[in-house]
Amino acid sequence: MASVELQNLSHSFGRGEMRRQVLQSISLRIDPGEVVLLTGPSGCGKTTLLTLIGALRTVQSGEVTVLGHRLYGAGRRQRQKVRRGIGMIFQGHNLLRCLTAEQNVQMGADLLTGLGYRARRDEARYWLRSVGLEDQMCKLPHDLSGGQKQRVAIARALAAHPRLLLADEPTAALDGATGREVVELLRRLARDQSCAVLMVTHDPRILDVADRLLRMEDGCLLPSEQ
Amino acid sequence: MRHLWQGRRIPLSWLLLSRQPVRLLVALAGISFAGILMFMQLGFRDGLFDASVTVHRLFDADLVLISPRSASSVRMAGFPRRRLVQTLADPAVEGVTPVHWGLMLWRNPETRLNRAILALGFNPDDPFFADPSLSNKTEVLKQKGRILFDQLSRPEFGPIADWYREGRTVETEIAGNRIRVEGLVSLGTSFGADGNLLTSTETFLDLSPQKSRGAIEVGLIRLRPGTDPQEVVQRLESRLPADVKVLTKQGFIDFEKNYWKSGTSIGFIFTLGAAMGFVVGCVIVYQVLYTDVSDHLPEYATLMAMGYRLSHLLGVVVREGFYLAVMGYIPAYFAGEGLYWFVRDATRLPVGMDAARALTVGGMILVMCMLSSLLAMRRLVDADPAEIF
Repeated sequence: MASVELQNLSHSFGRGEMRRQVLQSISLRIDPGEVVLLTGPSGCGKTTLLTLIGALRTVQSGEVTVLGHRLYGAGRRQRQKVRRGIGMIFQGHNLLRCLTAEQNVQMGADLLTGLGYRARRDEARYWLRSVGLEDQMCKLPHDLSGGQKQRVAIARALAAHPRLLLADEPTAALDGATGREVVELLRRLARDQSCAVLMVTHDPRILDVADRLLRMEDGCLLPSEQ
Repeated sequence: MRHLWQGRRIPLSWLLLSRQPVRLLVALAGISFAGILMFMQLGFRDGLFDASVTVHRLFDADLVLISPRSASSVRMAGFPRRRLVQTLADPAVEGVTPVHWGLMLWRNPETRLNRAILALGFNPDDPFFADPSLSNKTEVLKQKGRILFDQLSRPEFGPIADWYREGRTVETEIAGNRIRVEGLVSLGTSFGADGNLLTSTETFLDLSPQKSRGAIEVGLIRLRPGTDPQEVVQRLESRLPADVKVLTKQGFIDFEKNYWKSGTSIGFIFTLGAAMGFVVGCVIVYQVLYTDVSDHLPEYATLMAMGYRLSHLLGVVVREGFYLAVMGYIPAYFAGEGLYWFVRDATRLPVGMDAARALTVGGMILVMCMLSSLLAMRRLVDADPAEIF
């Protein structure tokens, strides 16, 4: 079963005269363990596509199946359930300022049901070690560097055992070397979990980590170059 | 229990509060202030009502006869003494004691200014106090013109107690009659009376010549053990003419309290004061929680994007409100205790912390914080996870 399957997905914002089509019949498929990069000029609808796949918006028309759930016509409660299986990494790190690195990651692990507190904490520590931050566990986000924060965000996303990872320009706030490092890490960890990855990026230096490259323009998916 | 412990999560509400110490302090100061305000207003209200019956409580009586024209302890009307004697016909009545009761103008021996004092006149051979140490002192009243002075009276009556203890002869005037302080008692001030004195019937009538000799203001009735006071009240009411009213001792106390509660705006004023404290507290807690939620809106949205339920996040806000209530109540409680001590010292009103008031204010603070967190939650609904990408 595909992790993500889109058929003729269209989306528009506004009403009447102001109505603007952002996505036009997009069809796409992502398999488990695949790393797909999505590029395109700003305003072409990449982020909207990401929020639709991430079950953060209601689908207006078209078929969207994410991790086996059909999202067309899904209510708030159902979308929230689907989101539990999706890890998200944002442009800004969006860590909780009042929590330490370890606690932030555990907020992700706390979503796992049927695990005791200790097991969830061990889970959080495991992922922090995996992103190489075992000695920064007790620091608050504002004591961490940009790269470290983004790595905590990755650990948090992975700690909930997602089967799909969505990332919106995770390297935007990072310098070239750190960005590269973070993306490499993301790909390695996702592969180990056979977790599908869809990453939106502008950064030309990281395009080579992708299994597949998608380009968007004006709400349409351009044919693959492969 | 073990299961609950294992199921615990990161204490997000607690961390949100404790990692922002300045905001927490502001919130706690506000809640404590509201709590102290409520403690103060309710304490004054109850204290004043309790104080209005300090003298009433001293009586060793099961039933009390008063005139229906009496409005309160400061406006006691007389009724024929015969009525009290008539009650002796009832088999349940063991004994009766007539008491004269009225305000008199006391001249401060130091400043020579007059001030109203509550005087009780009774037969020194037949004291009616529940406290035996008080009854033992009445012997000296058998001589005319002698009184016992309440040392808890306000200082405006003069340094009577100090002078008496120094061994001086303390004399002053009431309505042109010379009287001498022959001892001290501890009764306490009340609403209507800033001070009290005890004297014999003879002296009392000399001091208030306008009163008729055959009239008394209060008749105390003691019943035989094992009788139901309520029953006797009904029996006496039906037998006696309408110029007297029969009350139980508690009824007598309630009669006085009710006068101050309903006949004056005191209850309203203090209850309003407490309500103001409540409103101020609500505004402060709401402001703090609303700002807190607004500041963390992107973080809440992130949690929703991660798959946390809205109800889970609402729970975070409710718990924040709960922690604030508990943490704000503790300083308010101790400040209230301190304040009561201070008020007792300064005004001699019997104001004290009782369980009912401690619970009332605690409940009010809890309601205040819960209400505010409910209002602040509306902001949380604005957290749109689609906006954070």
